[in-house]
Amino acid sequence: MTPRLDWRVSKVVDVRDETPRARTLVLEVPEWPGHRAGQHVDIRLVAEDGYQAQRSYSIASAPENPSVELTIERLAEGEVSPYLSDVLRPGDGLEVRGPIGGYFVWSTAQAGPLLLVAGGSGIVPLMAMLRHRTRADETRRAETPTRLLYSARTWDDVIYKEELKQLGADAEVHLTLTRDAPADWNGFRRRVDRAMLQEVGWPASELPNVYVCGPTPFTESVATLLVELGHAPAMVRTERFGPTG
Amino acid sequence: MPEQPFIARGFHRRRSGGSERQLPPGQYETRDFPVLSAGPTPHTPLADWDFTILDEAGKSVRWSWDELQSLPRETPTVDIHCVTKWSKFGTRWEGVSVDTLVAMARENGLDDGEFVLALAEGGYTTNLPAADVTGGKAWIAFAFDGKPLAPEHGGPARLLVPHLYFWKSAKWVRGLRFMQHDRPGFWEQLGYHNRGDPWREQRYQGDP
Repeated sequence: MTPRLDWRVSKVVDVRDETPRARTLVLEVPEWPGHRAGQHVDIRLVAEDGYQAQRSYSIASAPENPSVELTIERLAEGEVSPYLSDVLRPGDGLEVRGPIGGYFVWSTAQAGPLLLVAGGSGIVPLMAMLRHRTRADETRRAETPTRLLYSARTWDDVIYKEELKQLGADAEVHLTLTRDAPADWNGFRRRVDRAMLQEVGWPASELPNVYVCGPTPFTESVATLLVELGHAPAMVRTERFGPTG
Repeated sequence: MPEQPFIARGFHRRRSGGSERQLPPGQYETRDFPVLSAGPTPHTPLADWDFTILDEAGKSVRWSWDELQSLPRETPTVDIHCVTKWSKFGTRWEGVSVDTLVAMARENGLDDGEFVLALAEGGYTTNLPAADVTGGKAWIAFAFDGKPLAPEHGGPARLLVPHLYFWKSAKWVRGLRFMQHDRPGFWEQLGYHNRGDPWREQRYQGDP
């Protein structure tokens, strides 16, 4: 029997702007039981008048990191994401409970090639996997050769730019910009399609573990293409982002 | 034991209360129809599709797509609540009541049980007390908003159990297995609540 997931008041110890629209909250959660890469937390906001709102956010930090980091994309029409992005500041408390989710998770104990496909802020749980892997020893890393394909609208929308650049030494990182690219851009400039998955993904014959995360149309399209390319549906784990304003 | 809520500094309601209907605790209303699934969307041709009810003795009764379509239909309009916090009011469905199928299974000599396990394409399962899928509370739904149910929303047919969190409404459902004893399904083995009543906020194991 799993113990009850209690609400805990975490402390915001740092905030980090990742892009003009995405901010990372660094939380210290009392008695955090630890998490697996890919899991999420629920957050709850209660207003003075008792009104409350809850949302789920993927954890961006590695399990090895004692703090819990969430990267929030600001949705203008939203109720919760503007609060988390614009109002919350270091020193504030934030109610969280978790970790939640036991299917869209990966660890270096799952040997074999790893293919991560991210659309927009779908990079967040995949980043936890990449960060987990960089903290593993050389043997584990060698057992889990990793490729990331990350689709963003513009260069400005790419989250974790610097870290992804550094990852390039140890994992293959491919970016595609779907709306607008800098003049000197030499990466992909289109939506993820069959040819792109064939070019940068692992062949199905190598039985990679595949994780796809992004908005619903993106995830639907990528997961369907992967199955058409011969990947077993059971090897393709997906997380579709609904509106989490 | 009521706890003192933690007030989020500077947080206020921003959404206008567009609907007068009440939301279960922790939910918000959406006008969209979000999609959440653990894997790729299956696309089974209708000619290969069937629906089966099984009992523990191994007896079964099976309906082809056309056979299911020929059964009496109902058009429930219901509110749905996803454990990921969105709720959608007044969704319009068309399908066959699970009562109809269970009655036919009984006529064919199947022994029902206290519990059912819904069986879906790709090995997805979810468990429910039999009382939650009978008595006019559940359907095998194949149309949404007057149109055939889209694959990403569980088409060609999904279980519809609107009074529980929506993961219990198994997409791409292909059968029900009667069980004498409860057995956790896919998400129920991964930390989600065994019953999932949104009004009691039964999201995760250990919730009330």
